[in-house]
Amino acid sequence: MFGNLKGLIMHSLRLGIKDLLVFARDRMMLISFVIMPIFMMLMVGFIFPSQNVLKNVSFGVVNLDEGSMGGQVVLALQQMNRGQDERMFAITYLHSKGAAVDQIKYQTTSGALIIPSDFSATISTGEQASVILITDQSNPQVSAGITSTINGLMSAMANQLTVQRVAALVPNVPNPQQLVVPFTVQTEGIVAGKSNYFEFMAPGIMAMTIMFAAMTGLAGSISRERELGTLDGIISAPISRLSIILGKSFAQVVRGLLQALLTLILAVVLFGVVVHGSYGLLALLLLLTVFSFIGIGIMVSALASQQETAMTIMMTLTFPMLFLSGALFPVQQMPVAMQWISKGLPMTYAVEALRKCVVLGTGVSGMMTQIWVMLGFGAIFTVIAIPVFNRAITR
Amino acid sequence: MNMIEVEGLTRRFGDFTAVDHISFTVEKGTVFGFLGPNGAGKSTAIRMLCTLLRPTEGSARVVGFDIVKEQGEVRRHIGLVAEKIILYDQLTAEENLSLFGRLNNLPEEQIKQAIDKWLGRLHMEAWRKHRVGTFSTGMKQRINVARALLHHPDVLFLDEPTLGLDPQTTHAIHQFILELRGEGITIVLTTHDMVEAEALCQQIAIIDQAKIVALDTTTNLKRLLSADNTTVIDVEIANLSEPMLSQLKNVESIASVIQSDTYHVRIHTRNTDNIAPILSALNAMGANVRAINTVLPTMEDVFLHVTGREMRDKVAASVPSVRGHRWSRASRVR
Repeated sequence: MFGNLKGLIMHSLRLGIKDLLVFARDRMMLISFVIMPIFMMLMVGFIFPSQNVLKNVSFGVVNLDEGSMGGQVVLALQQMNRGQDERMFAITYLHSKGAAVDQIKYQTTSGALIIPSDFSATISTGEQASVILITDQSNPQVSAGITSTINGLMSAMANQLTVQRVAALVPNVPNPQQLVVPFTVQTEGIVAGKSNYFEFMAPGIMAMTIMFAAMTGLAGSISRERELGTLDGIISAPISRLSIILGKSFAQVVRGLLQALLTLILAVVLFGVVVHGSYGLLALLLLLTVFSFIGIGIMVSALASQQETAMTIMMTLTFPMLFLSGALFPVQQMPVAMQWISKGLPMTYAVEALRKCVVLGTGVSGMMTQIWVMLGFGAIFTVIAIPVFNRAITR
Repeated sequence: MNMIEVEGLTRRFGDFTAVDHISFTVEKGTVFGFLGPNGAGKSTAIRMLCTLLRPTEGSARVVGFDIVKEQGEVRRHIGLVAEKIILYDQLTAEENLSLFGRLNNLPEEQIKQAIDKWLGRLHMEAWRKHRVGTFSTGMKQRINVARALLHHPDVLFLDEPTLGLDPQTTHAIHQFILELRGEGITIVLTTHDMVEAEALCQQIAIIDQAKIVALDTTTNLKRLLSADNTTVIDVEIANLSEPMLSQLKNVESIASVIQSDTYHVRIHTRNTDNIAPILSALNAMGANVRAINTVLPTMEDVFLHVTGREMRDKVAASVPSVRGHRWSRASRVR
């Protein structure tokens, strides 16, 4: 029994080390191993919209106002623009509404603010005045961003105007501001510092790397050896089938964890991500993530006899996991049906747990659900997968 | 003593039968050859004996162990040189051998000795520390053979061991196989090379369309022809042409005709040693006959005699279309 166990461990280790050695000596594989996480971080981190969606958006201003209020609006817009680290708008000044419409039609401008000629006059007569905002409807996201920014700007200006009027009407009020805006909303995070979009992305990318290693890597590695013919040498040796699975999994786990670590280092060093939780817990969660995927990986490698088939099956499995798990987009923004599907994917729980640990600094007690679900997924699939693999390997 | 006993061994892939009720025994210290065209079922038979493939029917014992119930024991006693080379290109010769030594449960010290011994015998010591990926096919095959022998198996399976190798390496491997035979290792090999089968094997099973169609010693197989009163004659015809060949095939006393090169045909007579009717037929068709010899039959003649077909021009009709069955392709492409 113990002799068998020792043999099992020895054989698994030898096979695992062999796989790692083969991998380490394959320059192309090594390059893609390092480039993948860097590429993913850059791509995903920079391309996907962060909190502030407007960056250097070309925006037209048409000030037709004959009074002074129009000028004040333009000034406030300029000030807001200058106040940002990166300007939100690249402003062009136009002379008519028609010109603004044309510019939007040609998509040289994403939106335009038109201040009508009677803007100041209307305000001074006590009527409600309005400005016109035109946006490019072909780009809903930017359009929404422009609308909310300009709305914010205009209501702030309206408040300011009201404060002035109240002060003039009621001379003895100590704080006219309070009379107009009795309360405000103050947003607070639970961890110190300003969070950035990479903090949202990094845990997702780590989970993704591990998922790919455990699922694609394992099946790919077994089917590659089957096609090369080297698998015959391993199977015809007097070793347990279990040691083949363990050895292969070991190599893939090491690769996946190294890649996840690389992602984390990149995130911390290049993108200023701060890990708020404990590194020990993070390591544990990464291992758990591997475990939750490995069973599915083994199963697919058993079922896919050729590398090509393995890849096709993998794609069908990994894509939903990628897009529905919340690794790249928040689950809360998905339609309800998709949110339900998302609940059935191990990846979702891995991402949730990793994100809690990295971004919020949550401890083990705050992620027990995720931990149990991952353990469950891993255990069930591994238990099913091992006999399937054993049977499939000698057909 | 029988090292291998096979009884009614059969393997089907879906509705395609790759190996159909084959039975044979192999004595210790002999070389047993499967001779047959591509797709005849040779590799499938070997894969079953090596426990890489489960038989659909029948049974087999290798070194006294059942290939289904005692797979572990079978694996302990066999070495396999499969159609594809079982080595990792990124590892050195030594690393490859050491890995497989460990997988065969050899202690470190013994692995070292075995590597020294086999690399020495195969004249590959100089390449010990080099990566296998940089080797020629012939060099790879030598290391591959060393890998299969590392743990001193009782039975060595060689699936087309010289396929695609240059004549020198082929010769060296043939010599090596004969040496091993002398050392008491039992060898089972597959080949579609008649000369190889004849040179190495004491016993040959001619396998065609999944079945063993003849099984005997090399000498006895050749005697099959004389027992059936078949004479093999080699005729040199200066104006040999395609129509002439088809006319010859229709001559009553001719069983078969093979064109061996531009001017030579090899004719098997049908149940007769009288070649006079053949000569008159040749005369009648205006053949410019330069020489006629009766020749000793080769394995090629035996194959033709028992299967009624030439070996090289056949792509067996029974080989399934690659997408015929879900498993067939994956299991047949090795």
